[in-house]
Amino acid sequence: MAMDPSLDVASSTDEFIKGLWRENPVFVQVLGMCPVLAVSNTARNALAMGLATLFVLVMSNAAISSLRNWIPKQVRIATFILIIATFVTVVDFAIQAISLDLHKALGAFISLIVVNCLILGRAEAFASKNSVGRSVMDGLGMGLGFTFGLSCLGAVREILGSGSLFGVQLFHDDFQIWVVMILPSGGFFTLAAWLLVFNAYSERKARLQPGDDGGMQ
Amino acid sequence: MTGDPLWSIFVNACLINNFVLAYFLGICPFLGVSGKLATASRMGGAVIFVMLVSSICAYGINQGLTAIGAPYLRLISFIAVIASTVQLVEMFIKKVSPALFRTLGIFLPLITTNCAILGLALFQTNKGFGFVECIVYALGAGTGFTLALMLIAGLREKLELASVPSMVRGTALSLMLAGILSIAFMGFAGLGG
Repeated sequence: MAMDPSLDVASSTDEFIKGLWRENPVFVQVLGMCPVLAVSNTARNALAMGLATLFVLVMSNAAISSLRNWIPKQVRIATFILIIATFVTVVDFAIQAISLDLHKALGAFISLIVVNCLILGRAEAFASKNSVGRSVMDGLGMGLGFTFGLSCLGAVREILGSGSLFGVQLFHDDFQIWVVMILPSGGFFTLAAWLLVFNAYSERKARLQPGDDGGMQ
Repeated sequence: MTGDPLWSIFVNACLINNFVLAYFLGICPFLGVSGKLATASRMGGAVIFVMLVSSICAYGINQGLTAIGAPYLRLISFIAVIASTVQLVEMFIKKVSPALFRTLGIFLPLITTNCAILGLALFQTNKGFGFVECIVYALGAGTGFTLALMLIAGLREKLELASVPSMVRGTALSLMLAGILSIAFMGFAGLGG
């Protein structure tokens, strides 16, 4: 891609910002839902999962983008998956070394980062076509957007389901916790509620500013 | 071998700990191809087959890797096997039924990134299942996935005709349905002991 340098800086900032809000992986693209729903029962788990995904996303984007000219087209998906699986194995061992409790709480879902559609999606749609710098920015933006979405979900579920946030008690003892929120169905309901909020917001914005494409800049 | 009776493993994987509604595995195809009942049932069939094959392969790989003392290669080998199984199924469906191939579209290769398949391989390893138990577990999980997919597809077909506010339309509505189904499946708890 031949671009002049100043334009490139502006557009890589744009790559970063779009993942945070306009193309947020959780609320707008609805990608990578399995870990979002499964580990968002407390804010701490959600944040840890988000950061683990962020690391894998940035590293795999960088690796795939730097190798993009050497990967044959026919076997690209398999190659991407193997690269991603390598970084996930690294994260798995790292979390095990840092906090065994966290590793137990997240369980098999750390390994399941491999099959997070978001990571493969970015590899296929972005990293395999763009330069390393832009791919890393894209990975950072998408990863932070994912972490943000995951934390939103985790915070709501923990506050209502356990009456605490990051393990800190928020209410008096007589607060009646909503048990359903920490159960699987609570995950579905909370995500549906957040999607409603986002839909309502973007609909209202579209109504107020006809012709605007919803861009940040 | 864990010593659980086989029917209890089946019921457990299929209903009590349904992969979609209790473990949140395979949500992407669950939301993506659950628009039509016919497509959903065929998708379910493909997933059951891939699960069965990859479960058997994963059992063999795990034995092999444990024997040579390289468990850190487990994740990479599992995913490689799953990717090739999916490729096989894809070629098979393309040959046998091109119409179905077009209907499933992008979701066929995406079975590779269906968390339910890799999740199955990882869970059966963690639980230390024997060979027969693995097969029963895979069948149960696949049946449970198909069941959930078809239930939601049936509901969504009916809802096509209902009038819902525009902001609820789409994913948010499917998620609410899934939440209600998930509560319903909690009723199965205690069935398998």
